[in-house]
Amino acid sequence: MKQKKTFSTVLIYAALIIGAVIMIFPFIWMLLTAAKTNAEVLQVPPTILPENWDFSSFIKVFDLLPFGHLYLNTGLMILFRVLCAVAFSSMAGYAFAKLNFKGKNFFFTLVIVQQMIPGQIFIIPQYEMVAGLGLTDTIFSLVFPGLVSAFGTFFLRQAYMGIPDEIAEAAYLDGCTRWQTFTKVLFPLTKSSVAALAVFTAVFSYADLLWPLVANTNINSTTLSAGLSTLNSMYSTNYPVLMAGSLLAMLPMVILYLIFQKLFIEGVAMTGGK
Amino acid sequence: MKKTKKLGQDNLWGYLLIAPTVIGLFILNVYPFVDTIILSFCKSGVFGGREFVGLENYAEIFGSQEFWQALWNTVYFCILTVPVGVFLALIVAILLNAKIRGKVVFRAIFFLPMVVAPAAVAMVWKWIFNSEYGIINTVFHLDAGWITDPNLVIPTVAIVAIWSAIGYDAVLLLSGIQNISKTYYEAASLDGCTKLQQFRYITLPMVSPTLFVVLIMRLMASLKVYDLIYMMVGEGNPALSKSQSLIYLFYRESFIKGDKGMGSAIVIATVVLIGIITAIQFVGQKKWVNYEV
Repeated sequence: MKQKKTFSTVLIYAALIIGAVIMIFPFIWMLLTAAKTNAEVLQVPPTILPENWDFSSFIKVFDLLPFGHLYLNTGLMILFRVLCAVAFSSMAGYAFAKLNFKGKNFFFTLVIVQQMIPGQIFIIPQYEMVAGLGLTDTIFSLVFPGLVSAFGTFFLRQAYMGIPDEIAEAAYLDGCTRWQTFTKVLFPLTKSSVAALAVFTAVFSYADLLWPLVANTNINSTTLSAGLSTLNSMYSTNYPVLMAGSLLAMLPMVILYLIFQKLFIEGVAMTGGK
Repeated sequence: MKKTKKLGQDNLWGYLLIAPTVIGLFILNVYPFVDTIILSFCKSGVFGGREFVGLENYAEIFGSQEFWQALWNTVYFCILTVPVGVFLALIVAILLNAKIRGKVVFRAIFFLPMVVAPAAVAMVWKWIFNSEYGIINTVFHLDAGWITDPNLVIPTVAIVAIWSAIGYDAVLLLSGIQNISKTYYEAASLDGCTKLQQFRYITLPMVSPTLFVVLIMRLMASLKVYDLIYMMVGEGNPALSKSQSLIYLFYRESFIKGDKGMGSAIVIATVVLIGIITAIQFVGQKKWVNYEV
């Protein structure tokens, strides 16, 4: 019996390790390729480790893409989208969960329906609005589709629903205004949901490719993802440069992930279902 | 005496608090939704003028080989990614649920692709699958045109999509599995059930609501696939017509060719298709999803 147990444990480890290698390998291959010269990459038979670790592709890709701009644009886009999603969704989530007002059901239905419709259907008019205002190729246009979040509203409403009414009533009777009840008493209680929404918004804004390709076509005003697609179409045969660019583009998020790993996984697990 | 102060009843505060979201939804979603429908009945010029053409755009897309091919490509991609991807994710979740060391590390590794932009993911896989110098062809002495052979492109992209999503789906399924009360397993093993029987009669039915959520989510994401194909296949690839998805076709019509009327018709057809497929899933779930706890 004991032996059987050890055997199955070994099998589980073996399966997980094989899986983990498959998950990690592309990233290692990215790094190894980026550290080779283009000549070495095209060699037959191929080398696994670089003959000489050569990091000139990293310098070259900095010349080809304005990484400073791309980091800044992506960072600001994520920052503003997270702030807007958290602030506006908290306000609306609180109101939908704890207040009664005329038309509440109608407005909440609006939120639910919007959340179910694929976002691509809105892109053409969203683009035409931004273009009509002459605001393409700005940080505003990057943030624009993420100014409000139906999903965030729905998700934070759940969080406020989970807080007993007595807590809110007690604070209110103790002399807090409605605004204070919300900001000082209830909002802090939704901390873990707010963190989850922030992570969710950041990860998906960072991953989005379609909108920056549509709205911010100027290479200096676009995001890391869209920058990579430009690199991909212009230098499609220089793999060390492409891999160096990809590594640089993924680095900030991976570092954040390694530091806040638990928050990322739990946050995304909490918001799961989108 | 004044009436008891009630927190709940207040129209003004309610409207003030929902105002940013509701106004935003009207500008960003309600108006664009209506506008896209109107636009799908129009021919749009390069300079933004619109001319009403009735059902012409729809007639054109339903009569075009390219649209049906893109529709098939999208459906084929879903058939490949959704069942296999969710099945593998379930296996990973079960393995991660075992009593083992280093669980957190494994979970973090499987989840990693989720925080890497699909653009970067696509780039490295494109290199791995490169037909001349890619590591897969050279190591296995193959000569496969993974991303140039029209018959192979979608399966190749599907592999990458599965690889990208497996950790995310596994994390969701794992939290579903961990919510199952231990007492069921204790009772079952006292009654002499094998591990396999426990999986079949306890884990699977108890996790079925989570499994359904993951399936729907993966299906909707797969129906909207765009970025991996755009990055891995791209313009000028001879296999493009055999691999472009509906959303990719939408992007090309609307923003590369600049025909926003056609683009609108394509995106509406796509959204209707997604709606129909999702509705079928919701009807079908009654047969296998177990909501009794």
